[in-house]
Amino acid sequence: MKILVVDDERDMQTLFQQRFRKEIREQLADFAFANSGEEALRYLEQHHHEAVLILSDINMPGMSGLDLLQHIKQKYATPPPVVMMITAYGDSENYNRAMRLGADDFLTKPIDFHLLKEKLKIQVNG
Amino acid sequence: MSGNLILLFFLIRYLRKSLSDSDELKKWDKIFKQSLYVIPVLIIIDLALSQPTILKWLGHLILLAVVGVTYLRWEFRSYKNIVIAILPFALASFIKDFVGLFHNSFFNTLRVSMAIILPCTIVWMVAMLIIFNKQKKALEKERQKRRLEEEENRVMAARKAELEAIVSERTSKLLEQKEELEHALADLHETQGQLIQKEKMASLGELTAGIAHEIQNPLNFVNNFAEVNKELLEELEVEIGNGNLSEARAIAMDLKENEIKIHHHGKRADAIVKGMLQHSRANSGNKELTDINELADEYLRLSYHGLRAKDKDFNANFTTEFDGNIGEIEVVPQDVGRVLLNLFNNAFYAVAEKKKQHPEGYLPVVSVTTKATTSLTGTREVVISVRDNGLGIPPKVLDKIYQPFFTTKPSGQGTGLGLSLSYEIIKAHGGELKVETKEGEFAEFIIKLPGKTS
Repeated sequence: MKILVVDDERDMQTLFQQRFRKEIREQLADFAFANSGEEALRYLEQHHHEAVLILSDINMPGMSGLDLLQHIKQKYATPPPVVMMITAYGDSENYNRAMRLGADDFLTKPIDFHLLKEKLKIQVNG
Repeated sequence: MSGNLILLFFLIRYLRKSLSDSDELKKWDKIFKQSLYVIPVLIIIDLALSQPTILKWLGHLILLAVVGVTYLRWEFRSYKNIVIAILPFALASFIKDFVGLFHNSFFNTLRVSMAIILPCTIVWMVAMLIIFNKQKKALEKERQKRRLEEEENRVMAARKAELEAIVSERTSKLLEQKEELEHALADLHETQGQLIQKEKMASLGELTAGIAHEIQNPLNFVNNFAEVNKELLEELEVEIGNGNLSEARAIAMDLKENEIKIHHHGKRADAIVKGMLQHSRANSGNKELTDINELADEYLRLSYHGLRAKDKDFNANFTTEFDGNIGEIEVVPQDVGRVLLNLFNNAFYAVAEKKKQHPEGYLPVVSVTTKATTSLTGTREVVISVRDNGLGIPPKVLDKIYQPFFTTKPSGQGTGLGLSLSYEIIKAHGGELKVETKEGEFAEFIIKLPGKTS
């Protein structure tokens, strides 16, 4: 399964690559990275046939994670990709908006990678 | 011969009238008054008798006596002219009558010459009296004029004293007002200081959310990479135990890279906290060599995340174009940082407001550009431009934007000090702050600062 990580912090890529080194090595997970909402949309257009799980930050310059979420859920209706929001602002307003826009899950930073792995396992298997 | 007596009557009347003005001659008044009763009686008797009698001689005698007294007495010094006028006539008429007593050739010729001299003396008398009268009138006029002048002077002196009193009253009132104003000015200076501090704290408040976000991110990386390294170390132990050296070396490489990242993000958080402390400090620091690009980038992020955190609907693109040739320039970093923060906040506010008015088809963009240039006079300059495609500034408020307390924000949302303080700060750095704008389309604030001197 392809997992697209969207975050304006570039070090997020290194972090994910190291945290999932075993899974990547064993080819259980395949990661792609985008530094902005716009870049993520471009990636999705190029890879629209692939089943993709998206992990997106909310606070980004330009298109925000919530905008991206809205775009994805409207444009890719069947089958809708799984979108998980990851944000430093875990307030209820952010959460409710994400849920209303159709987010499949909501995680707060700092990322609990054990929890994330569990959730990913459920998505992949289930 | 009642002519003498009539003349005498008028002379005494005249003297008495004049005397009544003066105190020192009062004692003469009684005599004159009695004379004025006696003389008419004498005239009537003289006319009734119609013969030259002793009265004629009495008339001569009295006239000569009066003339003599008038001439000799000190009190009558101002009537000497009258004496000069009358004396020839009095003498001539006396001599004429006197020579009339004798009849011989000598006296006869004398009488004839007296008959000629007498009219002359009358003419003389009349002429002299007219002249004298004229002089007197002129004198009187002069005296009157002097009296008027004295009166005027007195009035003026009184007026002057009055005015001086008013002036001194005014002066004391003005002094009082001056003291009050000085007091008010001191109060204002104090209030201004407090307001500047308040403005700093207000912008710090706006920053808090941005700062939290900015600190949270590097801290997350520090924690995450530290965790990763823990896992990597465990793997490293396993690989060493297995004797798998090439894998162990690869893990060691990752460990080193991650340590570098931990250090980098730790420093990032550290810099933000230090910047925050500098920003809130009341006394502005000293000039130090500062990387303007770094400063602009830091405050741009703080401003953006601050507004994001405050308003969930807020969103904007920002682009940066930094000229790497600027190098470090001498500025007070927290002051210039405040200016930049203020301009960024304004730019984001302008695009956010425009977005509210035109939600469809509008892409809010804030762009920040820095550039090292050389001015017309050959000095090096650093130009920082903050441009937004927001609401722009209406021409009618354009000349007010640097005025303290001028704000277009709803009351309670802006202190109206941001731009005025920014202007002061840039001026204090020997630079300039300019704006180019078109209402409804864009606003671009341009800061020019002196560049590197070497």
